[in-house]
Amino acid sequence: MKDRRREARLETHPSLRVCGVSFDLMPEGAAWVPDERLLVVADLHLEKGSAFAARGIALPPYDTRATIARLEALVAKLKPQTLVALGDSFHDGNAEHRMDEEDAARLARLSKSLDWIWIAGNHDPVPPRAFGGAVMEELRLGPLTFRHEPRAAPSTGEVAGHLHPCAAVRVRGRRLRRRCFASDGTRMIMPAFGAYAGGLNVLDAAYDGLLPGFDFHAWMMGARTVIPVSARRLEAD
Amino acid sequence: MMKPLAIARETATLPPLFARWFESRGWSPRGHQLALLSLAEAGKSALLIAPTGAGKTLAGFLPGLVDLAARPAPRKPALHTLYISPLKALAVDVKRNLEMPVAEMGLSISIETRTGDTPQNRRQRQRREPPDILMTTPEQLALLLSYPDAGAFFGSLAHLVLDELHALANSKRGDLLSLGLARLSKLAPGLRRTGLSATVAEPDALRRYLMPQPSSGETLSEIVVAPVGARPEISVLTPLEDGREEVRIPWSGHSARHALPAVYEAIRANRTVLVFVNTRSQAEFVVQELWRLNEDALPIALHHGSLSSEARRKVEAAMSAGTLRAVVCTSTLDLGIDWGEVDLVVNMGAPKGASRLAQRIGRANHRLDEPSRALLVPANRFEVLECEAARAAALEGAQDGMVARTGALDVLAQHVLGCACSVPFDPDDLYEEVRSAAPYHALTRDDFGKVVDFVSTGGYALKNYDRFARLRPNAKAEGDMRLRAASPSVIQQYRMNAGTIVEAPMLKVRMIKSRGRRPIGLMGGRTLGEIEEYFIDQLSPGDTFLFAGHVLRFEGLAETEALVTKSNDPSPMIPSYYGGKFPLSTYLAARVRTMLAHREQWSSLPAPVREWLEIQAWRSVLPGECNLLVECFPRGDRFYLVCYPFEGRLAHQTLGMLLTRRLDRAGARPLGFVASEYSLAIWSLRDPGLMHERHELPLGELFAEDMLGDDLDAWLAESSLLKRTFRDCAIISGLIERRYPGMEKTGRQVTFSSDLIYNVLREHEPGHILLRATYNDAATGLLDVGRVAEMLKRVKDRILLKRLDRVSPLAVPVLLDIGKVSVDGEANEALLSEAADDLIAEATRLV
Repeated sequence: MKDRRREARLETHPSLRVCGVSFDLMPEGAAWVPDERLLVVADLHLEKGSAFAARGIALPPYDTRATIARLEALVAKLKPQTLVALGDSFHDGNAEHRMDEEDAARLARLSKSLDWIWIAGNHDPVPPRAFGGAVMEELRLGPLTFRHEPRAAPSTGEVAGHLHPCAAVRVRGRRLRRRCFASDGTRMIMPAFGAYAGGLNVLDAAYDGLLPGFDFHAWMMGARTVIPVSARRLEAD
Repeated sequence: MMKPLAIARETATLPPLFARWFESRGWSPRGHQLALLSLAEAGKSALLIAPTGAGKTLAGFLPGLVDLAARPAPRKPALHTLYISPLKALAVDVKRNLEMPVAEMGLSISIETRTGDTPQNRRQRQRREPPDILMTTPEQLALLLSYPDAGAFFGSLAHLVLDELHALANSKRGDLLSLGLARLSKLAPGLRRTGLSATVAEPDALRRYLMPQPSSGETLSEIVVAPVGARPEISVLTPLEDGREEVRIPWSGHSARHALPAVYEAIRANRTVLVFVNTRSQAEFVVQELWRLNEDALPIALHHGSLSSEARRKVEAAMSAGTLRAVVCTSTLDLGIDWGEVDLVVNMGAPKGASRLAQRIGRANHRLDEPSRALLVPANRFEVLECEAARAAALEGAQDGMVARTGALDVLAQHVLGCACSVPFDPDDLYEEVRSAAPYHALTRDDFGKVVDFVSTGGYALKNYDRFARLRPNAKAEGDMRLRAASPSVIQQYRMNAGTIVEAPMLKVRMIKSRGRRPIGLMGGRTLGEIEEYFIDQLSPGDTFLFAGHVLRFEGLAETEALVTKSNDPSPMIPSYYGGKFPLSTYLAARVRTMLAHREQWSSLPAPVREWLEIQAWRSVLPGECNLLVECFPRGDRFYLVCYPFEGRLAHQTLGMLLTRRLDRAGARPLGFVASEYSLAIWSLRDPGLMHERHELPLGELFAEDMLGDDLDAWLAESSLLKRTFRDCAIISGLIERRYPGMEKTGRQVTFSSDLIYNVLREHEPGHILLRATYNDAATGLLDVGRVAEMLKRVKDRILLKRLDRVSPLAVPVLLDIGKVSVDGEANEALLSEAADDLIAEATRLV
């Protein structure tokens, strides 16, 4: 009975505690703090498609639209008071100028509908002003610090993005590779939210010094829920 | 069937120099060689259909050589004859063979090859000073055409030879080549073309392919058909059980392990044997097992596309030198490289197609007047039927039909960019030129325009890439509608990515040293070859697999290499490769159905197979020539539906996917399905046979043709097959770049995944031209939708339901496939067949 209740809870949105703050992890790739009505997303990489187009690789220009549509749906569902975009929201400094007018209007409408905070990232050290919202290097809320690039451990209470974590696991001989949230309970690295953002395996050397050995979990994104997997079970790429 | 012999009436006479040379070799020119020469002298293009060993290549070059010999040297360097073959190894081989008569006649004719292996400096020199005769591949032709000086380079071209045209024409490479030909016709209007082909069912398709097509109607080339050689001697191997008189034929599986001692004896009894297999994993398995039996230490080698080119060259050299007794090979050796003294061809497993078998048999004995000898080795009972059908077809000289092909749009996109790299083009003119290529004859102006837009800006409905366009207006004068490549980097991009062969991402397999159970060091050790990345993805460190004839233990990945150590594991997992799995041809399938339906044809079958069919006739019924037999029976706590369309595994998988969706909707609660080359089994919690009788789910409705509408679309949306196809189309069309070794270092998070692009494009612009190209590819390739459609039409109102109380004999093979893991565990087959005894007893029990 108890098990079934736990399962039911997993089916909806599993929650992860970072320094005592409880995050609901959404299968869309966002983290939600219900008590604060706070929604966190990382690495939107808006206009990544057109950035490639400028280099002669004409990727479909719909990534911005797809990313905004997913954000709109989340905002409509959860009705957050505050949204924090953890940096690299724009793929580069010219993203704003390449954006389709309709997409730009939708983004502006969305960002003005709530308290929107753009954290600066390495791709967008100076996020454009055209879409409203506040710009910050980092944001502190109670025990938590929201910033783009994770710092070497211990970095207690940090919620960061930048690395685009993903994880691979083998189930009955099948290998599954998904975007994931990576956390040891003291900090959390968020998955990239952007439609064209790729992933970097959490066992890659780039995570050395951020997460303690194998004492962390990858919360892998499934179709309807997020599934925590111990780092010991994971496979490298 | 082939048209009767059609040698042109007027035959040319050889110039004295050539006549003397033939005489000095003790030869006389063959009828078809002279016929081609006289057609060429009249300026006509022709298709030559000739079996292996008929002097086909010399026939193709003779007109060009005669022409060149008549021109006084020294000449200004200019390309005269272009030879295109599907294999670079073949180009090299043919060059060697041609040099002999040229040297012996004392002709001053330069012959060179140009392939991916040709060093950069020689390529540049070739463009400055072309040889008289250039041997190359379709990809190299495309590259040569993309240079600004292509007009000058090809302007002098008089003679074109297309080798193994039957193997090229019906593929994406053939599409690319056809577009190249259309261009060549513009650059060298008087060009004569000679196509060389093995026997095909519909030579007119190739005759059309050779010629520039007028905007209405069609033009066919001339045709010359060489006399066929001696009838081959073909036997089907059914080995005896150890020490007993009883013939042993497995119920299922594809390894043919039971027959390998007999194959080994055949190798011992002959001088040189080619052992053909259908997949690379089977090649690995067979060579390993043969070596286990090889008490005489006969030189038996392995040849397949994943081995390092060094390893392959070694085998080829040893083969030419006559030092090998047998080579186990995949289709890499199907085509015309001359192996000299092969006296027996062994085909392991089912031949899959009548034409493929004829090609392979032709590898034995290159002398026309002596019969080629072949041994077919069926691996299971259904394959016995297939082998018998293929043998009958080969003796009659019957061939598989070709599926009519429309030119692929992703290939066209690549060609359009290539054209722009050469000189500015007017879209209207280029459209007319493209339509003169037979595969693109039905292309609409609208679709062509979309392809040009795609090349330029991606062609998306949401236009914001105009300023990044890869094509720019030339606008040199008023009314100049021409487009040109926008920048040198666009040209660079084209040259790096040209070609239509998209390999699955590969990893090098490198052997490292080990001490005890632990590998030492990551450096050093030799590279054994390359293996598909997706296969390695399925392995965990410590897993063992067969590769390059060794049992290897996977140790881990380093950059782009899979590190392995030697292993003594007696039961390795075996690589399961994408490549090399051919579906049963439609023609052969029809012959197998006919054989099943006609008892009088069973006399050639071995006793166990005959008995198997007899019991099937008694316990259930045999599939007819035109109907579809559907059997329903309970087994364990499930109900099985087994049908026998004989349309090949790919079509059956598609059918299985679609039927399962329908059964699910009708409440039959299907749990899974498994497809073989011959049949399809679906298991469910409710009995579809009973549901049919209660009119809950009439079988006529279950198998109705409309499943190819919404159900197919809905399935495709989720199918990973389509994502894989999309990636290939995206690369060929030039949307995304090929991955080259070393480029992976940039790390996955800064690149993009074609899956993500596919998802976004499908959601936001489902009608985009690249998605159409993807769908067309999948429908003809991996999904074989065309065959499913044909079958559903054929069996409409002809579904024969048999409700049984238990499994039927004919259903046993496909049921034995259930539970096989996704990676083909062929090594598990022995275990599996032990477990299968109950099933067979149940099926064949007479009461």
